[in-house]
Amino acid sequence: MSVTETSVVASALLTNEVGLHARPAVKLTQLAKSFAATVELALEVDGPWVDAKSPVRIMRVKAAKGALLHFRASGSDADAAVGALVDLVVRGFDEDAGEGADHA
Amino acid sequence: MPEARHRGRSAAPGFAAGRVVALRAAEGARRVGGDPAGEAAALRAAMAKAAAELTALAAGAADDAAGILGFQLALLEDDALSAPAFAAIVDGTPADVAWQDALDDEIAGYRSAEDETFRARAADLGDLRDRVLVQLNGADGTAVAPPVAPGSIVAAADLPPSRFLAIDWRAGGAVLLSEGSRNSHVAMLARARGVPMIVGLGIDPCRFAGEALVDATGGELVLDPAPATRAAFEARRRSHEIDAAETASRVGEPAATADGVAVAVHINVAGPDELASLSPAICDGIGLVRTEFLFAGEGLPDEETQYRVYRRLTEWAAGKPVTIRTLDAGGDKPIAGLTAVGESNPFLGVRGIRLSLAHPEIFTVQLRALARAACHGALRIMLPMVTVPEELEAARALLDVTVAALKAAGVPATRPPIGIMVEVPAAALAVERFDAAFFSIGSNDLTQYVTAAGRDIAAVADLANPLNPAVLRLIRMVAEHGRACGREVSLCGDAGGDPEAVGALLAAGLRSLSVAPAALAATKAAIGQIDLGRRADSAAGKGR
Repeated sequence: MSVTETSVVASALLTNEVGLHARPAVKLTQLAKSFAATVELALEVDGPWVDAKSPVRIMRVKAAKGALLHFRASGSDADAAVGALVDLVVRGFDEDAGEGADHA
Repeated sequence: MPEARHRGRSAAPGFAAGRVVALRAAEGARRVGGDPAGEAAALRAAMAKAAAELTALAAGAADDAAGILGFQLALLEDDALSAPAFAAIVDGTPADVAWQDALDDEIAGYRSAEDETFRARAADLGDLRDRVLVQLNGADGTAVAPPVAPGSIVAAADLPPSRFLAIDWRAGGAVLLSEGSRNSHVAMLARARGVPMIVGLGIDPCRFAGEALVDATGGELVLDPAPATRAAFEARRRSHEIDAAETASRVGEPAATADGVAVAVHINVAGPDELASLSPAICDGIGLVRTEFLFAGEGLPDEETQYRVYRRLTEWAAGKPVTIRTLDAGGDKPIAGLTAVGESNPFLGVRGIRLSLAHPEIFTVQLRALARAACHGALRIMLPMVTVPEELEAARALLDVTVAALKAAGVPATRPPIGIMVEVPAAALAVERFDAAFFSIGSNDLTQYVTAAGRDIAAVADLANPLNPAVLRLIRMVAEHGRACGREVSLCGDAGGDPEAVGALLAAGLRSLSVAPAALAATKAAIGQIDLGRRADSAAGKGR
């Protein structure tokens, strides 16, 4: 999947304890899927970029706590998509610290 | 039921007690595959049924469990998960095999993660894999392989390594095989993971049922034990556990015989995840890395993937030698699309270095990754199945060209020392013809080739004895050659980790062994019991 000149890029620091794991990964992909834009994620600005709508691919990234997540999107609602995803990461995926969610 | 005792051969030591789960023969068999379109439809249907099952479970589950099930559902519904399986089906692979391979590959990625929490997700993938497999195999009403509960005592005629690996052994358990061999790969896996295993029990697998006491150290199975037998078993088990704890507490000490002869003890590693809980301080390095695990998934591993794994292994060892064996496929380790199909005797066919030299484009990728990783520690390259010196020289020439190309391109690379496995009698008998940096005796294959007794054939298991004087004589020749020319000679076969064989191996002149991590403590303890001086005296006394 290629993202062309119209891409929007932003990044956010992953702060939740377990990293980008099961439940956070599902939340992230569900949010990404709610946008028409192509949305991708990477650990480095120069890639490799993976489809942020694919939980399987997101899990393969194995992003740990403290990782800087880069997002890029292209399409009609690219701005809103990147904004929403960055916001989700900054909010710590709405996971309450110490909850059983860490095991999911 | 009255108590029944059965004797077999110990394939992996240890004790276990509990109910037996018998895997019926039909469960080992694959469902009958159809044409690619039918297989793809079957897989889609099975995935849909598994998804429906998970949805139903999630509906009635507590919050945290629903989160886990929701995660599994999200993965199952993601095309990225099943894409490799559908691609394999197009190429003619049956649906169940394609699905299992694709998921095993994905699971391997999770298992290799540095992060503990992430590694633990492998179980969720394993459950997904099994749920779909149950649907696939159950679709036509044939027997279904039920998921085996952790800690089970699993009984079968024989057990494929994949089935063994699909079972969670962390909670204990044991394996009972009516056939099988202690030299099979599943036995090697069991030893590496510390799962007690008895093979060659010789009874109809259907008769494996009820409560069992497994003494896999002594090779004895008791079914439906009387209370007195159970008490005696528990006492024996406790005393072994105390001994094992005592042995384990000394694993960090360097190995030496009772009369003070130092012996280097390395570990055999089949994948980086085995190192997660190990400290390099307990061994003298890695004596064998089996790189086949890298080739177990869909497609061949690229240079970067290999480099990262080799580098991780090398860095783990913190300066101690890491001996990485180039791809040893063929024989009983086929790789789809690479190894020859239909060889009448694969053990005498295109395997090991023969296969690598026949596929320089694949071999070069591995050599590039090895030369790059060699910058990060004491990496050594070991060639398997070398028969004639020309094979070593051809590999060396390819390595030289590879290193030169890397350097010319500005890629950091080092030319690692290159040694050979001594496992073909032709190499052992004429070892002085090989200009190798080091020699490592592969006692499993050397034994089977010298005794003409297949390692996976239970009926000839007693013949495939590494302590056969002919095998020991070859080991002595290689050890003497190494001493004469100042090159290291080690042994990385199972015999090195067999406490009863260690004495004979040291007496044959070996001073370096490489064993499964689980056998390290026992091997060091066995070395400490040996008095080489007295052994030599008694041998001389016998007039030999």
